[in-house]
Amino acid sequence: MTDAGRHPRITIHTLSEVTDIKGHVGNFEVKVVKKARYVDEAACTACGECAKVCPVVRPDEFNIGLSSRRAIYSPFPQAVPSAYVLNPQECLGNNPVVCSKCLEACEKKCIDFHMSDQTLDLRVGTIVVATGLTPHDPRPLDEYGYTRYQNVLTSLEFERLVNAGGPTQGRLMRPTDRRTPRSVGFIQCVGSRSAKRGKSYCSNICCMNTVKSTLVLKEHYPDMAVKVFYIDIRAFGKGFEALYTRSRRLGVHYVRGLPGNVEELPDGRLRVAVENTAGGTLEQYELDMLVLATGIEPPAGTQKLQEMLGLQLSSDGFFLEAHPKLQPVDAATRGIFYAGCAEGPKDIRESVTQASAAAVRAIRLMQADRISGEAITSEIDPDLCKSCGKCAEVCPYNAITVDTKQKTPAQVATAACSGCGTCAAECPFGAITMHHFTDPQIGGQIDALLEREPATKILAFACNWCSYAGADYAGVSRLQYPPNVRLIRTMCSGRVDEDFIWQGFRNGAPVILVSGCHIGDCHYIDANHWTVKRIEKVRKKMEKRSIRPERLQLEWISAAEGIRFAEVMARMEALRQSVTAQEIADTVAVLSKKG
Amino acid sequence: MTKSASTMAIQSESTPKIGVYVCHCGLNIAQTVDCDGVAAAMAELPDVVVAKGIGYACSEPGQREIRDDIANLGLNRVVVGSCSPRLHEPTFRQMLTAAGLNPFLLEMANLREQCSWVHMQTPAAATAKAHDLMCMAVARARRLAPLEAPSMPMTQRAMVLGGGVAGIQAALDMADNGYEVVMVEKAPSIGGVMAQLDKTFPTMDCSI
Repeated sequence: MTDAGRHPRITIHTLSEVTDIKGHVGNFEVKVVKKARYVDEAACTACGECAKVCPVVRPDEFNIGLSSRRAIYSPFPQAVPSAYVLNPQECLGNNPVVCSKCLEACEKKCIDFHMSDQTLDLRVGTIVVATGLTPHDPRPLDEYGYTRYQNVLTSLEFERLVNAGGPTQGRLMRPTDRRTPRSVGFIQCVGSRSAKRGKSYCSNICCMNTVKSTLVLKEHYPDMAVKVFYIDIRAFGKGFEALYTRSRRLGVHYVRGLPGNVEELPDGRLRVAVENTAGGTLEQYELDMLVLATGIEPPAGTQKLQEMLGLQLSSDGFFLEAHPKLQPVDAATRGIFYAGCAEGPKDIRESVTQASAAAVRAIRLMQADRISGEAITSEIDPDLCKSCGKCAEVCPYNAITVDTKQKTPAQVATAACSGCGTCAAECPFGAITMHHFTDPQIGGQIDALLEREPATKILAFACNWCSYAGADYAGVSRLQYPPNVRLIRTMCSGRVDEDFIWQGFRNGAPVILVSGCHIGDCHYIDANHWTVKRIEKVRKKMEKRSIRPERLQLEWISAAEGIRFAEVMARMEALRQSVTAQEIADTVAVLSKKG
Repeated sequence: MTKSASTMAIQSESTPKIGVYVCHCGLNIAQTVDCDGVAAAMAELPDVVVAKGIGYACSEPGQREIRDDIANLGLNRVVVGSCSPRLHEPTFRQMLTAAGLNPFLLEMANLREQCSWVHMQTPAAATAKAHDLMCMAVARARRLAPLEAPSMPMTQRAMVLGGGVAGIQAALDMADNGYEVVMVEKAPSIGGVMAQLDKTFPTMDCSI
């Protein structure tokens, strides 16, 4: 921590949040709002005189409310930056009549009530997302009486109580009577490994964290009765099994089974009823204190950041890597990397390993002052362009300029174009070529696919980032689905031209699927909004031409939704079977007439 | 852009000479799809100069075989039916570049993740699908044009979002390597959850 604070090349912005990100690898423009600290970070020596005189007492977040702090405070003794911070919501205010005692106490005059939030515009080449975790909150489900019984704690609260720098200087005490408990029980998997109660995934760290806590207890209080209620102990890492064995050898009692019921006794002790599945017996224990080994969840704001950066989330809500084995720290978006629990629950060693990997992946891009950009961009033929302005309207990157009044042909700023192809799909005059996904290239695929026995096949368009990746995920998971589906990959569902759909139906396709990222998840900001509009438009036209609009389907399938992909394919097959040969023949006749 | 577009037009007009490779991926594809049968059918398509099954297209011997065909047969388009392009497209593009071809003259058909692995119970239908996917890839390859990636400036500065143990480590590693790092942390101090922990496993030492 202090190394990072001291490093000449690291600038730390605390109390800061990203509010907007534009641009691409090599040139991300990031807007950061830095909230006012009301204390001059550089001048403050953390002498603490201000806090001594502050009359406002509030629960201390760092100690999870187990101790108190003032309205002006140091987050914790080793904080970096080592400066006090003032909470303006709690402070009585800059009014000498009301208070302002801290102003008088501060010799260096670091406190400034007039400080205001700053907006910083920063330009960076790469981004490492290390947004961490939030511990599972046991309150909504009120498991094991956490909200009702004071002597039931979370593992993080316990952590603060045994910490020498914590509110009790490391002396463990029961909240009800401030006595050292003679018996402590740990309940594992709280908020983890249960779809009904919390999250279905394993939070990875809780088993070893509990083993560690039992060792801390046995070291300080050898006579304390320590019990652990568990489903199974996952001690898979290097040196983990040795710690677990040590814990058992020191007399920690491991009971296989999660308590069904916890009740408080008049003296504050807790009675735990548990089915011990190792022996098949129903057992009861009376314990002075219970610790809930709470799981790890994605922090608040994950989704907002995901939308800003155009990233993907796995079904657990953590950030999704470009490839689980071969690119485990890369985001699918070039220039963005993951480190730590942002990508999934992990312990410190794994977080550090991943962080170093992310750093090297970022350096790999940053080591030269130029990198190669996106080759798949669009190009406008000035002879065909009628300057209608549609392309400029739909471009998510404002990469196209056109003067609709002067009738000058539209132009693409190639450096800003990301290659979604929405402009090419929307151009009414066929003036735009989307390189590498041109009309003839995709048209050729459609013709080839429907050349023989078209009535037996399902034509599906899938965007590269979500739906195509979802199809790959279905494959990796070996999910079986109807084999008559044929996928055509486009970079974005926004590329799927109305003409592709007509061409498919004209060639005898019974059904057509267009699939892309969920709304809000589009890799090209919001290009898939145009997909929605276009599909609605085409369906209306289908209706007018007496073609059943259901034969054209639009589905959002994310990269993590392999199961959903397989389900959608099964649905498409059911739909295909509902389309009669006569229907197809009629459609072909109608569309061929239209030319 | 205009200049490169015009060169593209000239190059793409040249008659396609397509090499088609159907990867067995060991048995990953070959145990469900009749790879050599599909390759034989591809050989009949117009513009296809060579079509063959290949054990592991991504392996060095596999790539060498394709590279040699490019040189000896004058191929100017390559179609590989194998795993997902999301996995090995960069590999094969590099191979094309090494063989002196523009990397965008490659087309891949997804015969593993989207065919053999998802239709294991119906090998005949999987083979029919592989056949179609390869035909589609050949049709597309015929119309591919070379592209040049533009060169862009790289801002040699990184941003780290979050100042927990992972953010700190990533920032230090990049900064120690000479890069400027901007760290953005929501809380008034860096340290994250790690700073709240007492001892940490497996070493049982202090976390700060």
